[in-house]
Amino acid sequence: MDTNWAKLSPTEKQEARFGAWIEAEGVPFATPEAKQAYQERVQMIKDVVQLRKPERVPVCPNTGFYPFAYAGVTAEEAMYDYDKLGYALKKYHADFLPDSLASAPIYGPGKVFELLDYKLYRWPGHGVPSSSPYQCVEAEYMRGDEYDMFIRDPSNFFMRAYLPRVFGALDPWQMLAPFTDILELPFLGGFMVPVGIPPVQESFQKLLAAGQAAMEWIQAALAIDGATVSTLGIPPLIGGFTKAPFDTLGDTLRGTRAIMLDMYRQPTKLLAALERLVPIAIEMGVRSATTNKNPVAFIPLHKGADGFMSNKDFKTFYWPTLKAVILGLIEEGVVPYMFVEGGYNQRLDIITDPDIPAGSTIWIFDQSDMNEVKKRFTGWACFGGNVPASLLKAGTPQQVSDHVKGLIDAVGGDGGYILSTGAVLDDAEADNVHAMIDTCKEYGRY
Amino acid sequence: MSQQLIDAIVEMREEDAQAITQQMLDAGTDPLEVLEACRQAMEIIGQRFESGDCFIPELILAGEMLGQVTEVVKPRLQEQQAGQKKLGTVVIGTVQGDIHDIAKDIVAFMLDINGFAVDDLGVDVPPARFVEAARESGAKVVALSGFLTLAYDPMKDTVSAIKAAGLHDVKVMIGGGQIDAQIQDYTGADAYGRDAMAAVNLAKQWYA
Repeated sequence: MDTNWAKLSPTEKQEARFGAWIEAEGVPFATPEAKQAYQERVQMIKDVVQLRKPERVPVCPNTGFYPFAYAGVTAEEAMYDYDKLGYALKKYHADFLPDSLASAPIYGPGKVFELLDYKLYRWPGHGVPSSSPYQCVEAEYMRGDEYDMFIRDPSNFFMRAYLPRVFGALDPWQMLAPFTDILELPFLGGFMVPVGIPPVQESFQKLLAAGQAAMEWIQAALAIDGATVSTLGIPPLIGGFTKAPFDTLGDTLRGTRAIMLDMYRQPTKLLAALERLVPIAIEMGVRSATTNKNPVAFIPLHKGADGFMSNKDFKTFYWPTLKAVILGLIEEGVVPYMFVEGGYNQRLDIITDPDIPAGSTIWIFDQSDMNEVKKRFTGWACFGGNVPASLLKAGTPQQVSDHVKGLIDAVGGDGGYILSTGAVLDDAEADNVHAMIDTCKEYGRY
Repeated sequence: MSQQLIDAIVEMREEDAQAITQQMLDAGTDPLEVLEACRQAMEIIGQRFESGDCFIPELILAGEMLGQVTEVVKPRLQEQQAGQKKLGTVVIGTVQGDIHDIAKDIVAFMLDINGFAVDDLGVDVPPARFVEAARESGAKVVALSGFLTLAYDPMKDTVSAIKAAGLHDVKVMIGGGQIDAQIQDYTGADAYGRDAMAAVNLAKQWYA
């Protein structure tokens, strides 16, 4: 990265990150056409983020497990058999030609989860049917009386309390001492002793095996994505990943029920823990976007949707730390991409915060009123979404096509707009997916 | 005192609600009067939820408070007093292949406090299990929950199984994040609901 990086403004940093993304240094494009298609697609994303009209409306479905059902591969096979994973994704991309990639790594390596005895999720063939996507098992993996331990040192809490609970193989890590004990020579011997306890040794052996399996998986997964990028010129929309602090705590640490009660029972500790997560979430988003040479950092929004809490609580518990994460990413030239699940009709005036600079974020909506979104977002931020999962499953191609045209007419006309699904695409009719993508490409020309 | 308990619950003052309950019982208040105050409080909370003035944290906390009060009151209730007449039975569950339970639990809770007997089958429930439960309990209402879009087909299969079993007077409601009128049509369900109070209103309507 540029040696003068620290001196660049956020806008210059964003520009530099987009530049690296478009340039795609080292990508062995199969044909000049593939390279051109790639660069045109990335340019469209850059244009919409920066609130310009691209050549046409980009169509970037948020794709989940749909490619496997489409190609006749089970979800379980996709998570274990990387040849089948590659076959299904290749077929999906070649047949539908969306403007963004369904990235192979997001489906995860079943073998790694098995070796670690992962308890936080059930995945196809392991607790849910072989055709189902993976699903989270909510529980209080962090207890209500552990806020102080978490706030003091989240990494220590993860290593010695959280990870032993969500991975059967890492249960013995409860016996480890904190890494921050390793200060001077006389402390080191003592620190190492628990590592010698037989169950701890065994846990590290399992970890090594999982690491090896992860390496086999990532090589296969990156080759799959690499082939799609280099032959079809379809870029991944997402470079980085991070989460809203409230969702980090609420999804997989405290669980929905417990975090909702914490809002009443221990609001001060909850707020302190959320604050503690802000720099961690920013660092994660910036690092992952940097590694993948793609400025867009995905942030799925879960527990702040309409109905989950009052606007007053949203402004107290959910929004301030999410906003801080958004601003922290923008500061580094990263483009936060909020995947706004559920309805956000009551929150639109809150999230269109004037502190967030124009042309620096993406917001994909699920069930929010797009006319209301457009009123507030035009000239401020790139938005899209709202093609319903129900329509793609139970509608007709004509209905899908009409819906897409309706969206483009009503809210897509001024640029700064991405056509996308409201929910993650798992189950749909192929003709409907074609209708969505093809209609957008034909009708969405500016 | 009853009004104080109602206010404490409605205003989400958990510790006050516990203290007032204890005071009422210590003062010799009929345990049924305490439960009646809880019922009235829950009714207000239900109305506020419906009108968008209270939300999931409040429903969850109200559920906790109700549990705490019931726990101290129950030992003082005589057997015959405990059995209240129910409006009817609702069989509820998350459909096959889907293990999400939070929304389903909230709907079950709201049905319960609104006077229905709730037969909660849990998550990942196969169609046959819904049929069996409806048959056993004689329930006229079955509520299917699903969070995934992959719940659409299991919902459809469950509705078909209920019909195929000849349970023609059983009505089926569906609900979940990606459920709308189009999916109601697709699955053949009798209705869909956007939130827990919609489920209560449908059940009341169908049992009227």
